Amino acid sequence: MAHALRLVSGREPTLVWHADRELPAGTDLVVLPGGFSYGDYLRCGAIAAHAPIMEAVRAHARAGGLVMGVCNGFQILCEAGLLPGVLQRNASVRFICREVCLKIERSDTAFTRGYNAGQVIRVPVAHGEGNYFAAEDTIARLESEGRVLFRYTDPDGKRDDKWNVNGAMNAIAGVLNEKLNVLGLMPHPENHVEAAVGCTDGRGLFAGLVAHFAQAA
Amino acid sequence: MKARVTVTLKSGVLDPQGKAIEGALKSLGVAGVASVRQGKVFDIEFADADAAKAEAALKDAAEKLLANTVIENYRVEVTG
Repeated sequence: MAHALRLVSGREPTLVWHADRELPAGTDLVVLPGGFSYGDYLRCGAIAAHAPIMEAVRAHARAGGLVMGVCNGFQILCEAGLLPGVLQRNASVRFICREVCLKIERSDTAFTRGYNAGQVIRVPVAHGEGNYFAAEDTIARLESEGRVLFRYTDPDGKRDDKWNVNGAMNAIAGVLNEKLNVLGLMPHPENHVEAAVGCTDGRGLFAGLVAHFAQAA
Repeated sequence: MKARVTVTLKSGVLDPQGKAIEGALKSLGVAGVASVRQGKVFDIEFADADAAKAEAALKDAAEKLLANTVIENYRVEVTG
């Protein structure tokens, strides 16, 4: 993740330790990357959601700062209550490690301005617990408020159960909070930013964020 | 002071692990299993003997950490 941020932005990201209590001054974007925090003990992200640094992350989000959680980061944001819903065990009960097709539902956010709405990108997933679940009324709100940002689809952007690899409700791969400044997604766009791996579809997310901050400056 | 917190899935929440276990029980030859849902048990020991305090502390702990109330219910029993 740090590599992708450095590569696309040309700036050095600061690594922040979970037990720290402050974010660096002038932080624009907080990223909670993937991993296996606390060994996924209890529930994925449940213990990390109480890490000392999370108060500072909450304050940053409250003040309108951008936060992005990928994979375990998404799980942490849900457990911390910064995003609704929960990521459950994949419906197949299998760990899934493969490329998926993600439909960009809207391009008018800081995270997706580097794409076109409706565009389908190829991104890898690698998770055992990516099955997004929320109460029916929460899902209805997410959909009606345009807060589902990424969805698992077939290569043409159409819903197809075969392409919803983990069984997530409404094939939801990524969601935004109410203020649209906190994003969580299960797939790993940071792993598709270099031509050497055969696909650079993930660059648009990071490039769009760079453009967002350049414009705000 | 001993206590037990039991965490179970809310009804209506899919439990693929429970389904996998159900299949395994069938393969094992356990007849008549209609369904299986997997939960968690936490056995917790408190240093002091105040049951009311222990119960209140554990309810708080269950709400904040031991259970994810989006998908799980919990029960706190102070057993002494």
